[in-house]
Amino acid sequence: MALEGKHGMRDLLQDALRGHRADYVEIRIEEAETTAIRFRGRELEEVGRSRSLGGNVRALVRGGWGFASFNDVRDLRRYVEMAVHQARLVPREPVTLAPAPVVEDVVRASARKDVRGISVDDKVALLKEYNELLWASAPLQTTAARYNDLFRRSIFANSEGTYTEQEVLDLSAVLVAVARKDSEVEQAFLSVGSQGDLSVLDGRQAEVEAVARRAVELLSASRIKGGSYTVIVDPRLAGVFVHEAFGHLSEADHVYENPRLRELMVLGRRFGGPPLNIVDGAAVPGHRGSYAYDSEGMPAQRTYLIREGVLVGRLHSRETAGRMGEPPSANARSISYRFPPIVRMTNTYIEPGDTTFEQMLASIDDGVYVKDSFGGQTSMEMFTFSAAEAFRIRRGRLEEPLRGVNLSGNVFQTLANIEAIGNDLQWSEGGGCGKGEQAPLPVAMGSPHLLIRDVVIGGG
Amino acid sequence: MQDIAEQVLALASRSATWAEVYAAREEETPVSFKANRLHSIETREARGLALRVVVEGRIGFASSSQLDEPELLVRDALATARFGPASALAYPTQQVQDPGLGLYDQRIADLSADTMVQIGQQMIDRVRAHGEDILCDADVRKSTGTVLLLNSSGGQGTYCQTVVWLGLNANRVRGTDILDIWEEDASCHLAAIDAEGVVRTVLEKLDLAEEIAPIRTASLPVIFTPKGVYMTLLAPLQAALNGKLVLQGASPLAGRLGERVFDPGFSVFDDGRVPGQPTSAPMDGEGVPTRRTALVQEGSVSAFYYDLQTAGLAGTESTGNGQRGLTSLPSPATHALRIVPGTASYEAMLSDISEGLLVDQTMGAWAGNVLGGQFSGNVHLGFRIEKGRLVGRVKDTMVAGNVFEALAHLAGIGDRAHWVGGRAEIPYLYIPSLAVSAR
Repeated sequence: MALEGKHGMRDLLQDALRGHRADYVEIRIEEAETTAIRFRGRELEEVGRSRSLGGNVRALVRGGWGFASFNDVRDLRRYVEMAVHQARLVPREPVTLAPAPVVEDVVRASARKDVRGISVDDKVALLKEYNELLWASAPLQTTAARYNDLFRRSIFANSEGTYTEQEVLDLSAVLVAVARKDSEVEQAFLSVGSQGDLSVLDGRQAEVEAVARRAVELLSASRIKGGSYTVIVDPRLAGVFVHEAFGHLSEADHVYENPRLRELMVLGRRFGGPPLNIVDGAAVPGHRGSYAYDSEGMPAQRTYLIREGVLVGRLHSRETAGRMGEPPSANARSISYRFPPIVRMTNTYIEPGDTTFEQMLASIDDGVYVKDSFGGQTSMEMFTFSAAEAFRIRRGRLEEPLRGVNLSGNVFQTLANIEAIGNDLQWSEGGGCGKGEQAPLPVAMGSPHLLIRDVVIGGG
Repeated sequence: MQDIAEQVLALASRSATWAEVYAAREEETPVSFKANRLHSIETREARGLALRVVVEGRIGFASSSQLDEPELLVRDALATARFGPASALAYPTQQVQDPGLGLYDQRIADLSADTMVQIGQQMIDRVRAHGEDILCDADVRKSTGTVLLLNSSGGQGTYCQTVVWLGLNANRVRGTDILDIWEEDASCHLAAIDAEGVVRTVLEKLDLAEEIAPIRTASLPVIFTPKGVYMTLLAPLQAALNGKLVLQGASPLAGRLGERVFDPGFSVFDDGRVPGQPTSAPMDGEGVPTRRTALVQEGSVSAFYYDLQTAGLAGTESTGNGQRGLTSLPSPATHALRIVPGTASYEAMLSDISEGLLVDQTMGAWAGNVLGGQFSGNVHLGFRIEKGRLVGRVKDTMVAGNVFEALAHLAGIGDRAHWVGGRAEIPYLYIPSLAVSAR
């Protein structure tokens, strides 16, 4: 890569940071290489490689931010001036950024079966093998298989003296089975991800076969009447729930700007029963949201958001932590050099409790078991997410499969309605998170099974 | 950009049967307001080259933001062609001219950050005058872009486009009740932007949202506003008409060309040539002239939309819908879907309903089985209709159904179509019965 061995880059950055007349300036230069492979049906649809080199400058003047991003990394001083000029146009009350340690560090990425060491044709062959397995496992209408990997090197310097070089590896893959009967179409999928470790795709045969069969079975699944139900939520869907419904609400940029929300999300408020613990942190190692430093050069942390049912923390950038007088949490992330860092989740999870799945099931006379999710969305108090798979529960037993199950609710009520927390924490690494224009950002979500009362299901 | 594009094309043509260079450059200035106040001003410059090659009948692809390494880009593209998909491309040979779409406005290019700040602040001040407890986020954004396409079969085209976009979100929190209303507008012309209209609509909806009204779980008549249609019903329709999904048989409309699937009053076009629209362009991302394509005519499926590769595989012609970003191959995508207006006035639809729902914003409706036409979304902004009047905002409510069933029998199609965020033109749609679920 072009940045490799360019020892002069550090001097360039530090030169550009001199004499800027701003309260704070940071510069990031990033270089990335990606590989994308797509199958649609049995056919290979795309194999592509992309390279990018670009950077950004962010400047703070009396509480207002300016930001410039660019591909031409030779003229850094010009972009520093641009960002400082813009920051001057933004009148805000001054802010003291939450203190960050001055760091000099180089972080190399590595993975067990490193995507950088595997040839494109081996990756194509692997994806093809799974795609063919979908076809061999059930009578499908079509399939899709997508694979993306990324290697990025970021150089970061700020006017406080921090200088870091950080490498990031990322991999995501999804396999989709589509079944059709007349004008009805159903789909099922498997989504996996890792920090550039291709072995995440090893030994997935049984799951892939199950995906193919599930798509076909959904065609004859029942529909449920809309209404309020007791549900058991599997770890994958519960992960989406904790991310969508609660995680976004914990992002301090939302909370800070909205005084009423600040009252709602006041630290110390009870959100759930004593067994409920929710954590976010890039310092939780080995997941897609793990890193050493966030996009502001802050060392990664692990933050309790809810401890024993009580709100005890939230996700911060240096600015929001400074403005709210709370401890910083190293959650400022940008999806690439094109965008400024904003407050984001990393690895978000509900800690395990002590209830077994069997105990949950036995306690329900009439309810629904919902598994995995096609996706979810939130708008502050309201969340919604779709189940990829669902079963009716009657008299403590799983009965007929359901389709078209979409859950919705109010986060405050729903967290309070968690009746039991499973003992079986599992992580999901697939997909990604979107906020504003910045998507998909690699994140991980984790949860054990949850039993929740009174969840609204939109029937179909 | 022309020089480097020509250089890459020449270099690639030495080893490839066919080569195509897509080059794009954009400068974007987003001005954003949060919680009633200016939050940030940014400048984003982006540029890049994408190279598609055909070598021994196989497609290779690479892209780069680095303009000084043409050899590397060509090498990457040639390398991926070794394992790439078999080409079914019909090579474009046309030099595409801009037919006068009016996509460039010097006033947008010259628009200063100060003026953009004023536009945003004025919108916020107007809404704030309506209520102290309202918090506004606003975005005023402009972009100036240039696209250049060259291929080795003589096809080429270039165009410049300016876009200005306004978005306004009004938020009001009372207890644990959070209300969000957003509106937007976009155009290639500064004079065509209607900031006042955006503000007026937000204020009207804030008034309507004052009262909260109960709704019961039942099958009810539902009117979707143009924005409600866009957020809830359009994605499954868009997917079902996509030539690629049709080719795979993954669309419920596959094999049903000419069949009457929708209400006889329902017609949809894709239009890449609406003057002054951000979705318009003289050509698509692979040098095929854009057009206006009738997809559904009087309820019957009349066409699907295609890019070159999909059209080649399906044995048909591209409809000029090969859309792309810099980092991936073209793929079929619509320019602007336009649902043809009907004859029902909004007032007449309302007065027809004794108990029902008006849906303006939904959340998560896209997250279900879109391919199957299913939608199931939280009603993020919706109003209870009682005896022909809107009586209040509903909460904890979902609407669900199947797009193909819902659009098969419409009780009314609005007599005016409205642009939604400069992306689609849609009338009000009145669906006689939909599943509504409430807590």
